[in-house]
Amino acid sequence: MAHAAPIRRQVWALLRHIVLMSVAAIVLLPFLWMLATSLKPQAEVFLSEIRWWPHRLAAAENYAKAFDKAPLARFLANGVIVTASIFLLQVLVALPAAYALAKLRFWGRQTVFALVLFSILIPPQAIAVPVFLLFHTAGILDTYAALIVPFTISVFGIFLMRQFFMTVPDDLVDAARMDGLGEFAIVWRVMLPTAIPAVTAFGIFSVVAHWNDYFWPLIAVNSTHLFTPPVGVAHFRNAEAGTDYGPLMAAATIIIAPLIIAFLLAQRRFIEGITFTGMK
Amino acid sequence: MPDGTGQDFPATVQGVAPAMPQRRRSQQAVALGLLTPALVLMTLLLIGPVVVVMFMSLTDYQLGASAWSIIGFGNYQELFADRVFWKSLTNTLLYVGIVVPASVALGLGIALLIESGRSLRAFYRSVFFVPVMATLIAMAISWEYMLHPQFGLINLMLKAVGLPARAWLSDPALVLPTLAVIGVWQLFGFNMVLFLAGLVSIPRALYEAAEMDGARSAWARFRLVTWPMLGPVTMFVVLISAIRSFQVFDTVHVLTKGGPSKASEVLLYTMYSEGFEFFRSGIAAAIAVVFLGFVLLLTLVKARVLDRQVHY
Repeated sequence: MAHAAPIRRQVWALLRHIVLMSVAAIVLLPFLWMLATSLKPQAEVFLSEIRWWPHRLAAAENYAKAFDKAPLARFLANGVIVTASIFLLQVLVALPAAYALAKLRFWGRQTVFALVLFSILIPPQAIAVPVFLLFHTAGILDTYAALIVPFTISVFGIFLMRQFFMTVPDDLVDAARMDGLGEFAIVWRVMLPTAIPAVTAFGIFSVVAHWNDYFWPLIAVNSTHLFTPPVGVAHFRNAEAGTDYGPLMAAATIIIAPLIIAFLLAQRRFIEGITFTGMK
Repeated sequence: MPDGTGQDFPATVQGVAPAMPQRRRSQQAVALGLLTPALVLMTLLLIGPVVVVMFMSLTDYQLGASAWSIIGFGNYQELFADRVFWKSLTNTLLYVGIVVPASVALGLGIALLIESGRSLRAFYRSVFFVPVMATLIAMAISWEYMLHPQFGLINLMLKAVGLPARAWLSDPALVLPTLAVIGVWQLFGFNMVLFLAGLVSIPRALYEAAEMDGARSAWARFRLVTWPMLGPVTMFVVLISAIRSFQVFDTVHVLTKGGPSKASEVLLYTMYSEGFEFFRSGIAAAIAVVFLGFVLLLTLVKARVLDRQVHY
């Protein structure tokens, strides 16, 4: 009895790793198979046996072909331009609004906050048709603006930052006023620095969401040179029609790589940013 | 030290409080200035479009048409008489019905397993989280190749153990469950993180108390402490998974286009093809309103759960 417990605990510890490792293997399978396929020459893609490591390594030609056949670099650049612009504009619009809602006393505050809370409930897909028509009328479809403008307002960002600013002591704001700072300067020079952790979490959430977004870019742009990474890789796949898997998997690998690498570098921040910010 | 801070604090608050009313008038203008960009964009891009989409669903508007008229509930009548719409709605509910229980159970199971030991916790948590943030479109293309009827890894593995190969994405009976498996694969890591946070917040003392009361087995401790304490988190995870899986679109658009023979037609895909392929904006708006109704309902329930949530 005395030594039965440690043995049982060891068996349990082993069992825990066996189960978790098996599930981990299944979860990673699509990534590993994608990576393996991106290294294979055409002849080894269509085999009737499982071959993880190719007999002839075709990594260089597959990745070169991916960049050659589709403007992958352009897609990636578009992804960076669009996600960075969206995040910057979101902060520019949301931070002053959040500060006003958290720290200023004014008539209509409750109403504005109620509107923010209501707007959080609106799923973007549900309003895609009218927003499309609005942009059609404004003549900005198939431009960078069409990709960026709908997301410049993040009501969730306003809500999140407002909740954060509520925890900032009023003393800090009053001290800044005594120092002669205007309200606008307070937002950017006092509130923003205190809110860096919250802004970072929101930033990770925003960048991941918009890098991966497929629905709106699919609707908003037509020209290949404006495609974001997901639309670009889907376009590449349609053009290839399932014939040339090596370069296709190379393209898919390149498109998920930036986020995966960033995730591996800051796992904790990413998990917190996406789950606790993305709970809407 | 403690005394000093204790005295300092009220003094500052008193010193500031009387100044507040005088500032009120000027704050009105400042607040308006700071809020204007947000208010304009919110009206133009969120609240306005919601009003417009509801109104549009009552018209026969088609993109590019020169004339349109209000037709009342004609679009809804057409929709409710359309077999494709019902197929789309039931498919969506079926998809949600598979993805929610599976991703919640898997998320909880994995979270419990990770928490039950000390080693490699962060490693496992990160591995299961990777699909949550990897671009779904790129991964859908990888899944498509894995599910290839002849050369796909899945069928090759099945054959290796003597099981028959299947046409995962072109068999009408299999396509929706297959898409649901991809959905679970993508979502459960998200649920796992929420459960892990919930598990950490359960006080150790409760387990010790349960053990003293005779809850010796792991199952008894789970039933008496973990499960009741996780109640609100579970409720929340169920609703958030439902909202997320209700929005299924990417995998359908890339892998099946709603086929074969509408077997994987889902609500957002139907809306997309009506609105942006056939440009029947009125019908698309009506589908959007139905979609909005479901999501709002789920979100409101979630907001209520979140309000009552104590242990999180």
